[in-house]
Amino acid sequence: MQDTQDLKRVVIEPVTRVEGHGKVTILLDEDNKVKQARLHIVEFRGFERFIQGRPYWEAPVLVQRLCGICPVSHHLAAAKAMDLIVGVDQLTPTAEKMRRLMHYGQMFQSHSLHFFHLASPDLLFGFDADVAVRNVIGVAAAHKDLAVQGVMMRKYGQEIIKATAGKKIHGTGAIPGGVNKNLTIEERDAFLKDIDQMTEWSRGALKIAKDYTVENLEAVAPFGSFDSNHVSLIREDGAMDLYHGNLRAIDAQGEKIFDQVDYQNYLDYIVEDVRDWSYMKFPFIKSLGVDDGWYRVGPLARVNACDFIDTPEAEAARKEFMAVTDGKPNNLTMAYHWARMIETLHSIEKIRELLEDPDLQGTDLVLKGDRRPEGVGLIEAPRGTLFHHYKVNDDDQVEMANLIVSTTSNNEPMNRAVSKVAMDHISGKPEITEGLLNHIEVAIRAYDPCLSCATHALGKMPLTVRLVDNDGNEVAKKST
Amino acid sequence: MSENTITFEIDGVEVQGTAGQTIMQAADVAGIYIPRLCAFDGLEPFGSCRVCTVKVNGRFQSACTQPIAEGIIVENDSEELLELRRNLVDMLFVEGNHFCMFCEKSGNCELQALAYRLGIAAPKYPYMFPADRNVDATHKDVFIDHNRCILCARCVRASRDLDGKNVFQFVGRGPQKRIAVNSRARLVDTDLNVTDKAVEVCPVGAILTKHVGYSIPVGKRKYDHTPIGADIEANKK
Repeated sequence: MQDTQDLKRVVIEPVTRVEGHGKVTILLDEDNKVKQARLHIVEFRGFERFIQGRPYWEAPVLVQRLCGICPVSHHLAAAKAMDLIVGVDQLTPTAEKMRRLMHYGQMFQSHSLHFFHLASPDLLFGFDADVAVRNVIGVAAAHKDLAVQGVMMRKYGQEIIKATAGKKIHGTGAIPGGVNKNLTIEERDAFLKDIDQMTEWSRGALKIAKDYTVENLEAVAPFGSFDSNHVSLIREDGAMDLYHGNLRAIDAQGEKIFDQVDYQNYLDYIVEDVRDWSYMKFPFIKSLGVDDGWYRVGPLARVNACDFIDTPEAEAARKEFMAVTDGKPNNLTMAYHWARMIETLHSIEKIRELLEDPDLQGTDLVLKGDRRPEGVGLIEAPRGTLFHHYKVNDDDQVEMANLIVSTTSNNEPMNRAVSKVAMDHISGKPEITEGLLNHIEVAIRAYDPCLSCATHALGKMPLTVRLVDNDGNEVAKKST
Repeated sequence: MSENTITFEIDGVEVQGTAGQTIMQAADVAGIYIPRLCAFDGLEPFGSCRVCTVKVNGRFQSACTQPIAEGIIVENDSEELLELRRNLVDMLFVEGNHFCMFCEKSGNCELQALAYRLGIAAPKYPYMFPADRNVDATHKDVFIDHNRCILCARCVRASRDLDGKNVFQFVGRGPQKRIAVNSRARLVDTDLNVTDKAVEVCPVGAILTKHVGYSIPVGKRKYDHTPIGADIEANKK
C-alpha cells in the first residue's frame, strides 16, 4: 500500500452539479505534485436489503425511490425483471410501446436536465470562470433562450412520464406483465402539438455540444481521456436500443469482447470488485480480470458500441461523431456531452414515432404466465446500463435483489478521469484555485453520475474544499 | 311523519332519524359526513378508533355507537373536534410503518384519504418505526402486512359476523395488541378465502389480495379526485 502519511490532502466535498453526494481527495507532496486522486462515494443506502420480504409487485414502485432524477429507469428495469417472474417473455404491443414512450420521455428530460442545467455552465463560461456566474442562474442571465429551452424540454419529458406512469416522479405505470394504462387521444395530441419545437431545440443542443467538442478538440481531446472498454445493450440487428436488447462489450479499438449476450446470464460476464475506500463497487468484465476489465457505460459507450441508430437524424449525427475518430470508438471523456445530445435527438425522434402509432391506444395491457423464481431486468438508463436482478420465494416475497447501476459501472472510469485531470492540471501548481479544482468536477460531470443511485442517499451541499498539511492540520478552507 | 321519527341537531342543522339509529347512521342519510375508520356499513359498531368523536349536549361521544335521541345537540364540524381527529389520525400514522409512497393501497386508503381531508401534510408526533411488524404472505391469494394495521377490527368483525369463520382475532394488550389468525399464526393454515368480506373491508394496506398491486392507474383510484366522505355528502338534499 502506498505510504500517504506525509502527503498534503485536498478534499472536494461534496462534488457539485451531480446527483447525490461524493467527495474527491487529492494527495500532494511537498512540491504540490499529485500522488493520488480519488472519487469517493460516501453515501450508503441499502435498498437491496429492505426490499427483502416485500411482495414482488412492489419492487418496481419501491426501488425507483432510489432516485428522483431517473426513477423511470429503476421502475422499468424492475418491471422487466418482474415480467419474467410472472412468466411473461413478450408484452402486448400496447404495453411495450407505452413503456418505451415512458423511457424515451425520461431519457429526453434527464439528458436535457444534465446538459442545460448541470453541464452547460462549464461549457459556456469555461472551467475556471467566476463561480458566481458558472451556474444555471448565470446561464439564465447570459443565455436566456437556452435556459428556457432546458426547462421546456425537461417539462415535455416529464409530461410524457406523467401520461404513461401516472405521475411525473415515482409513478406506477409499469406493472408485472404489462402496464396499467394506455395513452388517450387527448394526451397524444397534446404531445404532437409541441413535438416540432422539441425536435428543433434538440437539434440546437446537439449543435452546441458538437461545435464545442470539434472547435476545442485540441483542449478537449486529452481532458480526462483514456482508452477503455465500452458496454451497452444492443438490438439483435446491432441498432442502438435504449429499452431492450442483448449485452455487447467492445474494447478501445472497437473489437468485440462479447456480443449479443442474453442478460439473464450477466453474472457469467460481469463481476463486482469491492474496495475499502468507497461505498461504490467496481464492476469489471470477468474474462479480462479486475485490472483490465473495467468499462464505461452511458451515452458515449452506447454510441460507440452500436452499429447504427434507427432514426435518421440521430444516425446522421452518429456518423459525424464517429468520423472524428475515423470510425473507431471515441474515448474522449468530454465527448459524453456530444453523445448525450445525439441520444436526446434520437429520443425525440422515437417519441414522434411512438405517438404516431395507434398501438398506444390499444386496450390489451397485461399478460400473465407461470410464476418463476428469478428474473433479471436490464435497461439503458440515461447514465448507462442498469441491472436489476431478483429472486422471489413461493410466497411471492423478494428474497434477493442485486442492482448494478450505471454510475457504479462508471466508477473506475470516473476515478481515472479524476486522476488524469489532477495530474494534467493541478500537479505542481503553486496555488490550487477553485477554478483548477472545478476541472476535476468537470471530468466527473461528463459522466452525469448519479451517486445516490450508485450507493443504492440524497444530498446536495455547497462545495467545501479543505487543504490539510502533512500533520492533518487544516491550512485553508474555501466554501462557495 | 311516523312516531318513530326523532328530530335532533348537527352543527345547527335539523336532522331527522329513526329510533334505533346511531348518530352516524342518521347523519349519513342526511348527507353529513362524520369521519371514521373502524365503522363500516354492515358491521356491528365497535367504537375503537374514536375518529368519529362528536360532542352530544357538550359531552364527547363516538357517533358510531351513540343512539340518537329527541332534541340532542350534536357538534361535528368544529375546530376542537377536527383537531382531536387530526391527533388521533396522526398517532395512527406514527404508531405503524405507513409508507404511502410505495404502498399499493395509496389512493384507495381510508387512513391516507382521511389525513388529506383533515389537512395533515405530515404527522406532528415522532415516528416510532416499530421493528416487530411482519408480513404473512403464506396464503396463496391474500397477504397481511402488520406494518400497516391500525387495529380497527373490521376484519375481526367481518370474519366472525359476515363470513362465519373467526379467522382474525386480537392478541396482546395495550401497545402489544395485534391482529392474529386463528391457527399457528399463519394465514395459509386458516380457511380464509380471497372472496371473504374480511379481506374486502380492510381500510388500509394491511390485508390485501395478492397480485393486484398497482393495476389501477394514478388518476383512477378511489380518492384521486374526490375526498373521503364525498359519497355521503352527496346524499344532502
